[in-house]
Amino acid sequence: MQPAQAAPMYADSSSEAAPIERAKWPISDLIFQVCALLAILLALSVIIALLFDIFSDGFHRLSWDFLTSFPSRFAAKAGIYSALVGSFCLMLLTIVFSLPLGVGAAIYLEEYAPKNRWTALLELNLANLAGVPSIIYGILALQIFVRWLDFDRSLLSGALALTLLILPVIIIASREAIRTVPRTLREASLALGATQWQTIWTQVLPVALPGIMTGCILAFSRAIGETAPLITIGALTYVAFLPDGLFSSFTALPIQAYNWVSRPQEAFHANAAAAMVVLLIILLSMNAFAILLRVKYQKRTR
Amino acid sequence: MSAEPAFQIKTDMNTSFRAADNAEPTAAVEPKIKVENLNFFYGNHQALYNISLNLLPQRVTALIGPSGCGKSTFLRTLNRMNDIIPGVRLNGEIRIDGNDIYAPNTDVVTLRKEVGMVFQKSNPFPKTIFENIAFGPRVYGLKDRTKLEEIVEKSLVRADLWKEVKDRLHTSALDLSGGQQQRLCIARALAVDPEILLMDEPASALDPRSTAKIEDLIGELRSHYTIVIVTHNMQQAARVSDYTAFFYEGSLVEFGDTREIFTKPRERQTEDYITGRFG
Amino acid sequence: MQRRKLAESIIYCLLFLCGSLSIFVTTGIVIALGIEALGFFEHVSLWEFLFDTEWTPLFSIKRFGIAPLVAGTLLTSAIALIIALPLGLLVAVYLGEFASEPLRRVLRPILELLAGIPTIVYGYFALLFVTPLLQTLFPELPGFNALSPGLVMGFMILPMVASLSEDALYSVPQGLKEAAYAMGCTRLQMVFKVLIPSALGGITAAFILAMSRAVGETMIVAIAAGQQPNLTLDPTSPVETMTAYIVQISLGDTPHGTLEYRTIFAVGLMLFLITLLLNSVSFMIRNRYRNA
Repeated sequence: MQPAQAAPMYADSSSEAAPIERAKWPISDLIFQVCALLAILLALSVIIALLFDIFSDGFHRLSWDFLTSFPSRFAAKAGIYSALVGSFCLMLLTIVFSLPLGVGAAIYLEEYAPKNRWTALLELNLANLAGVPSIIYGILALQIFVRWLDFDRSLLSGALALTLLILPVIIIASREAIRTVPRTLREASLALGATQWQTIWTQVLPVALPGIMTGCILAFSRAIGETAPLITIGALTYVAFLPDGLFSSFTALPIQAYNWVSRPQEAFHANAAAAMVVLLIILLSMNAFAILLRVKYQKRTR
Repeated sequence: MSAEPAFQIKTDMNTSFRAADNAEPTAAVEPKIKVENLNFFYGNHQALYNISLNLLPQRVTALIGPSGCGKSTFLRTLNRMNDIIPGVRLNGEIRIDGNDIYAPNTDVVTLRKEVGMVFQKSNPFPKTIFENIAFGPRVYGLKDRTKLEEIVEKSLVRADLWKEVKDRLHTSALDLSGGQQQRLCIARALAVDPEILLMDEPASALDPRSTAKIEDLIGELRSHYTIVIVTHNMQQAARVSDYTAFFYEGSLVEFGDTREIFTKPRERQTEDYITGRFG
Repeated sequence: MQRRKLAESIIYCLLFLCGSLSIFVTTGIVIALGIEALGFFEHVSLWEFLFDTEWTPLFSIKRFGIAPLVAGTLLTSAIALIIALPLGLLVAVYLGEFASEPLRRVLRPILELLAGIPTIVYGYFALLFVTPLLQTLFPELPGFNALSPGLVMGFMILPMVASLSEDALYSVPQGLKEAAYAMGCTRLQMVFKVLIPSALGGITAAFILAMSRAVGETMIVAIAAGQQPNLTLDPTSPVETMTAYIVQISLGDTPHGTLEYRTIFAVGLMLFLITLLLNSVSFMIRNRYRNA
């Protein structure tokens, strides 16, 4: 990024062989850089303060008992067993619903969609949906899944709400991954007489897969931390049993944490922090996995 | 289009191509590809004007001309690769073995099986060498492993790559050198047993030694296929082709025997281009 | 051949349906919100909804003026944007033009981390860390206020502003930058006179998207801003945003079909329309500048 600065005009010609001296920027440049670094430092200190706060409040509550106990009226006895299992089931269902739909939509938009008004509308609509607040998806799910389709406040309703929420994210990420597949690969395959779908299935998707997976994992990690849409569809906060089917009522980690935060007693705040520590650990490992995947495959493609 | 069974590599591959060399083309030879009054448009821009020419079987035809003259576009109309670009239109007629390839009932997939293509930049799939060659036959439904192995070997032998890669068929094709990759792409095209081979500047991205290998290969393949090659390099056209077509600004200016085009061209523009006055 | 063609068209149809699903989702949102909102507007005039200054649907004297909720939303969003926009742009310029490659490679994922933390965690942080911290500076500050969640939200959307702005800066042709240097610009002059003006479209689009994000943010404000609809622009007072109100009603035991229950659809529709407007404007700006 550094511009190649010409040597100053008055440079004496005896230093021909010397490396070109880096230009000296005026003091304003330095001030700007210091400001920028301060801004970054501020952002970093927010992360550190946040992580420190959550961990110091919640760490002492973390124990095997905390992970394997049901919620309770007594803060010290309460645990996140049902929330943890609920979040896990929710995630599994969301993946099952959103992955084929999202990748399918991305394939359609990148490989098949003609350039016409309908496609332009799809594009505008997709950009919009990606920016719709999550709570709106909650209201949508409340009306359609919980009430009209009568799925009630079930795992299924929750998973469908999260699916709709992250679908635009998955579509956008998958499209980017598909777009990086060189055109020459498609041409080679088509020229050999492969059909369009054969070309996509055997050539395009395998190459795009790491990128798609990276984007999807990030999307799923967003879904697992979402609270608002689950609150709107009325996920219960006190669930002392494990979900036993698609139509079972459920709770999830962020819901459980919210419930504890909104109580006045400090002991419950510690529980909330501990639940968030668990949530953060899950999220961070998902993120780390996505980053590893990206780094690993960036090296392999030329 | 072809009565030959699929997946059978012609067995006379070891007979010298000189046999065909000696057989002078006679008027009785039916052209493999007949193009009549072809006009081609990208949206509103016309890229080809009224092209008519006949391409003979077992001959190499070179398409030459300055950049943007339409030679690549023309090549891509022959296996309908332009179809994947939105907004293209075409009128006129292209017949291969007498069949109109733009007729509504033409199956593009079958057409592309008959008409193989090699691209300017080698484009191996990011898979093993074996998987690259086996891709085409597999797409047509061949599952038999021994048959696949047979085809892979024959195609590589024919593309003059077998000796170099036979011990590492299951390593990534991307590890091959540029010249080897291009020959792999030729082998891949041969694996589906086409009758026509289109080459779009196949050696333009290669060093001189690899280029020479590709040119030798074209000479060897000549007796089995109808070859159409786009090239920027006039010496190359002179070296490898029997016939040459000179394109300029979307029109076919001159078409004829390569020796004649290069020694006594009929058109002024051809002469100017060949002698390097423009282009 | 016939079978293959059939298979290809079936696959095409399936993919077309996937691709068009997003339209159904939008239609679904409009219908789901619209039907209940219509029921609401049968009882409450649009005029009252838009121009009354009090929001007391749960009290015995019911008033349905959305202005306090909108004011709460604007207040928290404005605080967030005051943090996120300048800092985000600053970070983007620094990462794009000044930082060395290794530094960039370390900083980007860390900033992405800020964007990946669940909003519920930010809410906890705002309520139980930032507010007490602010109270040591301003002892009068109530436990629920607009300032603390606004600030925290600003840091949450900062990475989004930074990465979108960086994309916009990156798309400025290298030749333009070189031309500026060739004319003897210093680096800062280049940034402020060439780079940022050339990328203004993309940066504006990023800012508008950040705005939309702040308006729709739910958990931080629901936890830390309070649940008192106040028509105020005082950042130290407790406020209720549109999103926080929806959470409040969702958690309560308001029965289905009542007017109180329908308020969340009216508020939701309002929220949807505001974000729709912002997102569309942002998309169109981005599109225009990409094609130019």
